[in-house]
Parts: sequence; structure tokens; C-alpha cells
Amino acid sequence: MRTGAARFDFPGFKVMTFLCLFILYAPLVIVMIYSFNDSRSITTWGGFSLRWYVDVFTGPDSAKFKSAAFNSFSIALIAATVATAIATSAALAMVRGGRFKLRTATFGVINLPILVPEIVTAVAILIFFNTIGFTRGYMTILVAHIAFCIPFAYLPISARMQGIEGVYEQAAMDLYADRKQAFRRVLLPMMMPGIFSGFLLAFIISLDDFIITNFVKGAGVETLPTAIFGSVKQGIRPNIMAISTMLLAFSTVIVTLSWLVSRIDRTK
Amino acid sequence: MTDERPIAIDIRQVIKRFGDFTALKEVSLGIRDNEFFTLLGPSGCGKTTLLRMIAGFEDVTAGAIYLYDQEIARLPPNKRPINTVFQNYALFPTMTVLENVGFGLEMQGKPRSEANRRAGEMLELVQLTQFAHRKPSQLSGGQQQRVALARALAPQPRGLLLDEPLSALDMKLRKSMQIELKHIQRETGITFIFVTHDQEEALTMSDRIAVMSAGEVQQLGSARDIYEHPRNMFVADFIGDTNLVEVSVDRIGGGHATCNLGGGYMLSCEAVEGVGTGSRVHLSVRPERLFLSTERTGPEALRGRVVENIFIGTDITTILDLEAGQRFRVRASNSDRGNQRVFEPGQDVFVNMERGAARLLID
Ligand SMILES: Nc1ncnc2c1ncn2[C@@H]1O[C@H](COP(=O)(O)OP(=O)(O)OP(=O)(O)O)[C@@H](O)[C@H]1O
Ligand SMILES: [Mg+2]
Repeated sequence: MRTGAARFDFPGFKVMTFLCLFILYAPLVIVMIYSFNDSRSITTWGGFSLRWYVDVFTGPDSAKFKSAAFNSFSIALIAATVATAIATSAALAMVRGGRFKLRTATFGVINLPILVPEIVTAVAILIFFNTIGFTRGYMTILVAHIAFCIPFAYLPISARMQGIEGVYEQAAMDLYADRKQAFRRVLLPMMMPGIFSGFLLAFIISLDDFIITNFVKGAGVETLPTAIFGSVKQGIRPNIMAISTMLLAFSTVIVTLSWLVSRIDRTK
Repeated sequence: MTDERPIAIDIRQVIKRFGDFTALKEVSLGIRDNEFFTLLGPSGCGKTTLLRMIAGFEDVTAGAIYLYDQEIARLPPNKRPINTVFQNYALFPTMTVLENVGFGLEMQGKPRSEANRRAGEMLELVQLTQFAHRKPSQLSGGQQQRVALARALAPQPRGLLLDEPLSALDMKLRKSMQIELKHIQRETGITFIFVTHDQEEALTMSDRIAVMSAGEVQQLGSARDIYEHPRNMFVADFIGDTNLVEVSVDRIGGGHATCNLGGGYMLSCEAVEGVGTGSRVHLSVRPERLFLSTERTGPEALRGRVVENIFIGTDITTILDLEAGQRFRVRASNSDRGNQRVFEPGQDVFVNMERGAARLLID
């Protein structure tokens, strides 16, 4: 491959790139800027202020946002934890279980939810809950989140596991460890970056989810995305921009962290 | 090197099949207590497979493996008091060097303090005390190799398996590790089973060598034995450098066989079981046991013409075509002491053999 500047020198390539980036990020930047607007208007700049951030925590909508935030974070925490545990066992079986029947099928089943349009999953889950007569509320959101978080947790974990040769467990067993000890003392610590990265990814996917949540939540139970959506329907107020900016910042931090952790190489 | 030492690891008629591929065809070997034993053979001959069966990572298709008087072939690896030094070391990357070395002892249920103390002693043995608190990734290849050795030795196993442990090291380090390994084996008195496909390494280090090919043991013996008395074509060809000559056996008598090289040349050598009168077999003659002269020195000298001289530092190899039709290599040490002189290409010379240099081989 040729090196240097020539590599991406197709005509119009740069222009296209910048156009795409602009379309993607311009709205976000505007939301971020106007969240610091002192004015009540969302289109005219009235000077810098943090009043909308204060408003989120103390304003008339603060109670609604606080309970939505509590729901969002507690669901994300529990869903990510459970999904990570399930994903870890699944990865163990897939990577260390040797060749079993329907291995390829199992792989498909684990990862399919990523490919299926979210709206389809949402409707399916809704029908499922209705069929078994489950009352919609906090629990239905939690169960749905666990389900769709599994493949997201699974991917970094199995990627990590595939990079760990079986010889480490063999070495542990050779040194008198039984299967359990070999897993706990040797394999698990080596998998930790993958597990942590999978957890963070699942956490953020749960935190950001709107479509499925909107379908399966009961009346009166809101998460941050559904609460924001609810507020916007009654007109956009700058406090929405403030809360969106905070959510955006938080997501960015978590995703970055997840990426950094997944790069820690403990096999060398 | 007394033969009275008891058998430590006894491999009895072990067969290994992977599907319908037979990796080992009835291998039987008795490895003695306190022995430095080497499995030597070309790639794919089944060395690793045999080692993995002794360690317990591979089950035997048929046969038995005894460790002293205990049958171990069906025990899981963690129930066998045998440890392994893996080819790529397989040090636990999340643990420090000291924790790595202490791991086996800890798993045996020894208290932490004792495990640490003994791990410390082991690190002293391999001269890595100052690196005890580093992670394996912070060590050089040679140092990692010694940690792997210390880790495998720490629980005082009754046998140590080493699968090409030096193959990742450069030449110089390799040589010094060979000496160190041998030294440690003597010091600890543990039975070593060492795997290599490097014949020179095997000859330098081993008390005894089993030469393997295609899932079978071709010959078992001391380094000297195998080098000087190769039993068959494969061993003669694989170990060291040799001239292989096809001959027909004219006469056998008094423990000697008279072989016809063609062109009227006859050679007499030690008779070998399995080779009868009239058979066409191969003779092996090591190039360093031949010497050249301009005058005939005995009745069995062979006439030939020099083709080329190859200088390889310590030695000079002369390639020549014999009148009998074969091409031979003759090696002389690169010094004046042996009255050797270099013959020019095209020159006619006599090739003379030391007594007993020619060996009959069964195919
Ligand atoms: N799990 C397996 N399944 C099928 N065949 C195998 C398996 N393991 C080894 N073999 C085959 O058994 C034969 C012996 O392999 P083995 O690894 O013991 O060779 P080796 O002597 O150690 O060679 P090398 O010097 O290259 O390490 C090879 O032909 C190999 O392809
Ligand atoms: Mg091998």
C-alpha cells in the first residue's frame, strides 16, 4: 500500500467527508451551545448562563427528571450487570465449549438482536408481555433491557476470549488447579477488560434506549429518553437542551472508557 | 549413567489416534529416574502429542502410562505430579513473576507464606530474584523462559516435561540456556523429558534420546550410541551428516559382512541382525571418519576425484565423486595438526576409512 497523503486523494473525497461530519454533528453542537443560553428562546442567543442546568435540578420539571434519571440509571446498572453475566457464560460456552451441535445457530441467536430492526423487537416484546399477562411498568422495562443488552455485552467479551489461548488454562491445570480455580484465578482476570468493556457498552445501550422502552413502559414510569420525548411534545424548552447535553457528555465518557479498556492487552 | 536406576515414567504400548489418523503407533518407552531424556524427531512425528498425553492434556487411545508404580493415563492433569514448561511459556500475564512461580504450590494447598518462600528460592535458582515483582510482559524472552522453568519446578514434580522450550530464543541465548537447563536438572534431580527437533541440541543435552518419526520410536539410546550406531536409514540420515551408500552384501561370517560397492570395490563392516547375504542395503559412513590421501593406505581405500571444497570455519568439507559411482563428503578439521592438506578440485585421491566407520543399516 502506498503511504502518505496520496492515499485518500480522490477528487471530492474531503468535501464529502466534511459534509457528512457536518450533517452528523452540527445539530449536536447547536444543542450544546444553546443549553448555555441565558434566553428563554431556543433560537436567539441571549448570553452565557448555566440557568437551564440549574433548572433541570430545581425547576418545575425537576421531580419528573429526577425520577426518570433514577429509573434510567438503576435499570441500566441492573440490566448491564445481568446481561454481562449472561454474555460471559455464553462467550465461555461458545469459545471454550469445543464444537457442539448448532454452534453456528447459537452464535446467530445471540447476535441477531443487533440486526433486527429495533421497532420489530419492540413490538415483539410488547406482544410477548401482553400474551403472558405481564403488567407494564419498571419490571417490563428491566427485562426488555436485559434481553437486548446481551449481544452488546457479548461482542467485546467473546472478542477478548478468542484472543486468549487455551494454553493458559492448561498451564493452570498442569499446576494443580481444578477447572474452577483455573477459571477464577487465570482466565477470568485475563477476560476482565473484555467483561468491563462489555458491561459499559450494555450500560450505555440501556441508558440511551428509547424505542423499546417507549413500547414496554407502563403509564407514569419514565426513563430519561422517554421523559425528554414527553417534554418535547409540549414544546422545546432550553432545559431539555441542558439535560440532553449532560446525557451526551456522560455517554461519550462511557463509550470512550469502554474503548480504552478493551484495548488493554493482558495476554502479553 | 547406570542402568539400575528405576523406571520413573513408563510408556507402555501407547497408541494415539485423531479420528482415523494415527499419530502414535504403539510407543513403548521407559524413562529412568533422574534422567535427562529427549524425544527427537522431525516436525509432525508426534513428540508433542506424546508429551501432552504424559501431562494429561490428551487422552490415550490405547495403552498405559505409569509414573513409578501408579497408572496415570486416565488422571486429569491437576492430579498428576508432573509439570510442563510450555513452548510459549504460557506465563499468567495478570500475575507477577513471584505469583506465577508460587501458583502451583498455592494450588497444592500450601500456605501463602510457604509458597512465597519456595517461589523465592526457585527464582534464586534461575537468577531472577530482582524481577520477582515484575509482570511477565516486562521480561525478555530468555527471562520469561526461566520463569516458566521456575514455575514448573517449584512444586517439586516427579517429572518435568519441556516442549521445545528453547526454540524461541536466539542462538547464543539458546546455547547458554542449554547449559543452564542441564545444570538445573542435575541440581534438582528431577526427571526431565525434553522435546526438540534440533539434533545438535539433543546430542548435547541428553542422557538418552528416543529418535521418532511418523509416530514410531526408531531408536533409543545414548547420544553416542545413536550417533555412532544408527540402526536404520532414518536415524543415520536425521542425526548428523552422513554418506549413504547402497551396497549388496556378498558374504557374512565371523561377525563381519563384506559389502560390494560396485566397480570392484569391497568394504567389510560389522554384521547387523536382519541383514543377510545377497540383500541390497545401505551403508552409512560419517564424513569426519574419512580421510584423503594421494597414496593408497590400505586394501579398502576408494579411488575418487575431488569436486569441490567447502570451508565452514572449524571444518573443511571435500566433496568428491568415487570411481565406484557415488558422491561422498569428507570432513577434515581446519588445523594443521592432523596432517591434513587440501586437495584441489579435479585431483585424483584415495578415500580412506577409520576402522568401524562404515555401518550397515536396516531400511
Ligand atoms: N488435535 C489434533 N487433531 C488431529 N491431528 C492432530 C492433532 N494434534 C496433532 N495432530 C497430528 O498428529 C501429528 C503429530 O503432531 P505433534 O504435534 O505431536 O507433532 P510434533 O512432533 O510435536 O511436531 P512439531 O515438531 O512440529 O511440534 C501431526 O501430524 C498432527 O497433524
Ligand atoms: Mg510439537
